Amino acid sequence: MIAYAIRRILVGIVLLLSMVLVVFVLFFASGNPAKSVCGKFCTPEKLTQVTKVYGYDQPITTQFGEFIQGLAVGRDYPVNDAYRAALEKSNPDLVIHCAAPCLGYSQHDAATVNADIAKYAPVTISIAVFAFIFWIFFGVFFGVLAAVFKGKWLDRILVGVTLVVYALPTFFVGTFLLQYVAIKWQLVPYPTYVSIADGGVGGWLVGLTLPALTLALFYMAAYVRITRAFVLESLSEDYIRTARAKGLTERVVLFKHGLRAALTPLLSMAGLDFAALLAGAVITESVFNYQGLGLLAVIANQNSDLPVLIGLVIVAGAAVIIMNILVDILYAFVDPRVRLR
Amino acid sequence: MSRPFLSVANLAVHFPTSDGLVRATDGLSYTLERGKTLGIVGESGSGKSVSSSAILGLHRGTNAQVSGEIWFDGTDLLSLSDEDMRRRRGKDVAMIFQDPLSALHPYYRVGDQISEAYLAHNQVSKRVARARTIEMLDRVGIPQPDRRVDDYPHQFSGGMRQRVMIAMALINDPILLIADEPTTALDVTVQAQILDLLQELQREFNTALIMITHDLGVIAEIADDVLVMYAGRAVEYGATRDLMTQPAMPYTWGLIQSIPDVTRSVDLPLRPIPGNPPSLLNQPPGCAFFARCEYAQFVPGDRCATTLPDLLPLSDGHLKRCHLDHDLASYAVVETGAI
Repeated sequence: MIAYAIRRILVGIVLLLSMVLVVFVLFFASGNPAKSVCGKFCTPEKLTQVTKVYGYDQPITTQFGEFIQGLAVGRDYPVNDAYRAALEKSNPDLVIHCAAPCLGYSQHDAATVNADIAKYAPVTISIAVFAFIFWIFFGVFFGVLAAVFKGKWLDRILVGVTLVVYALPTFFVGTFLLQYVAIKWQLVPYPTYVSIADGGVGGWLVGLTLPALTLALFYMAAYVRITRAFVLESLSEDYIRTARAKGLTERVVLFKHGLRAALTPLLSMAGLDFAALLAGAVITESVFNYQGLGLLAVIANQNSDLPVLIGLVIVAGAAVIIMNILVDILYAFVDPRVRLR
Repeated sequence: MSRPFLSVANLAVHFPTSDGLVRATDGLSYTLERGKTLGIVGESGSGKSVSSSAILGLHRGTNAQVSGEIWFDGTDLLSLSDEDMRRRRGKDVAMIFQDPLSALHPYYRVGDQISEAYLAHNQVSKRVARARTIEMLDRVGIPQPDRRVDDYPHQFSGGMRQRVMIAMALINDPILLIADEPTTALDVTVQAQILDLLQELQREFNTALIMITHDLGVIAEIADDVLVMYAGRAVEYGATRDLMTQPAMPYTWGLIQSIPDVTRSVDLPLRPIPGNPPSLLNQPPGCAFFARCEYAQFVPGDRCATTLPDLLPLSDGHLKRCHLDHDLASYAVVETGAI
C-alpha cells in the first residue's frame, strides 16, 4: 500500500518535470520572448532592459536550467549578473529575490509570479470548493434519484431539466443570475468576494453563492446524467441479483451493493474536474469580475505577460497531476482490486 | 390430500418490450420432492433461468409479467407480498449463479457477503454470523477458512469462488436450492468436485435441488427427473433414465447426440442440431422446433407448422410435446446437419 503510494508520487514528479519542460519549450518556440514581454510601445532601450531582467539572451537550455533551479531553491531578478550587480548599488529596491518554488517574475506587475498567484488563488479555490461541494451533492443525489425512478416521470423531468441546464452556456447563466437574482430581484446582495478574514465564514459564503452556483449548475447537470448511468449499470450487474437472492431489503441492495460500485468511478472524474477548476474558471470569474486565477490569466494574456502565463500553466498542470495521484491513492482504499497491481 | 413439496403450475413469464411481448416462459409445470433433483435442460434463451428466477421472485420490481402458480411447502409464492417473498428468499429458497466472479460483489470481503445472507434472516450478532460463515466455508471445502473469510473474491480461484457461492446459498439451510449452471464457468476437473459437493450437501440437508444446465452429462449424473425446455416451453419431461434411454422428442435426441464423448471414435463426427432457436418474439403458431426438426417430414400434413402439440404422457409415463406417433428409432432419418 505505502509502496504503491510512493510509486504513484514518483511517477507524478517525473510527469511534473516533463510538463514544465514542454511548457517552457512551447513558450520559447514562438520567437523572441523579450519582444512580446516588452509590449506594444517597445523602445530599443526597454527591449535591452527586458532582455537583461529575464536573461532572454542566454541559450534556452541555460534558461531552462535556471528556471528549474528557481523552482528548487529560488533565484534573483534581474537575471543578468552584471546588470543586477549594478542595480544593487544604484537602486537595490529593484532587485527581487524570488523564493523557491520560484515560478518567475512579472515586470508588468512588479511582483513575483508566486505573489501574483497567491493573491488571486484564494478566490478561485473558494469558488471551486463551494461549487464542487454543491455539484457533487446535488448531482449525485438527483442522479441516484433518476436511476431509482428510471422511466418514471421523476426520471424524465430530471433528465430533461439537466439536458437544458447542461446546454446553457456559463456566460448566460452567470449574466442571468447577476442581472435578475442579484440586481433586479435583489434576492442576494450584489456578489463581491469577501475573504473569511474580512467577512467571516458567513460573508464569504454569501459572496460566493452566485459565481459558485453558476459554475456548479453546469457540472451538476453533467453529474446527474453520469451518476444515473453508473447506477443503472451497477444495478444490472450479476452481484445485484445475488444480493436480492440473499433476501436483502431493496434499500440495502441499492445503497450498499449498488451505489458502492456506481460511485467509485465518479471519484476519478470528480477529482479531475475539480483540478481543472483550480486553473481558474475564466468565464465565471470574468462575468462576476472576481479576482481569481482565470481573470489573472486573461489579464496576463492581454499584457503579453509571459512569465505569469507560464506560471499559471504550470500551476494548473500541477493541480491536475496532484489530484490524479490523490485519486489513485484513494482508489486503492475504495477498490480492493487495485492494491495488487 | 398433500401437495407436492414444490409444484409449478402453468407458469408464464412475459416481458413487454417496445418490439412486442417476449414470451420467455409459457405454460410451464413441474413438481419436485424434498431430497430429489430436477434437471432443467435447454439451449441459451430457452427460459430455464427465467422460469427458475420466478421461484425466488427475482422478477418482482421489474417489468416482467409473471402468472401461474408456484406452490412451495404449502404456499403459493406468487401470491406472497414482496416483503413476505423477501423473507423466504435466501432462507427457504436459495440460488447459485453461473459465473461466480460476476455474481460476487468485487468490493466486499467474501466473509461479509456470506454473513450478510445469514444476518438478513437471523437475529444474531456479527460475531455469531462470522463464526457461522467460517463453519460454512469449511463445510464447502475451502482450506484455512478462518483466514480466507477476510479475502476478496478476486483472490479466489474459479472453483473456490463457486464454493463461496454455495456456502452463501446454503448458510440458512434452504429446503430448495436452485443451481443455475453452477459449473459452466469452471474447469472440467473442478466441475466434478462442485457437483459432488452439491450432492453431498443435498443428502445432508435433504434439500430439493433444481439443476439448470445445458450439459446432459451433468443431468445424467445427478438428476432424478429431467425437464427439457425449448423456446420457453417444456418439450419433454420425465425420469432421467427413461428420457435418456428413450427420448421421444427430436430436440432431446438432438441434445443427446451433440454430447462429445471421449470414447467416441474421432471418425464419427458430432451431430449438432442445425439452425438456431427461434425468437421468443412473435412465435410461430406451430411447434417451435419445427424449423430445425429432421422428423417433421414424418408428420402428415402441416400439423408441425400450424398446431402446437400438447405435452402428453407416453406409455412409460414421461411427457412429450411432439406430433410423432411412434418411437424416434422407428423413423429412418437421413444423416444431415453433420459437419
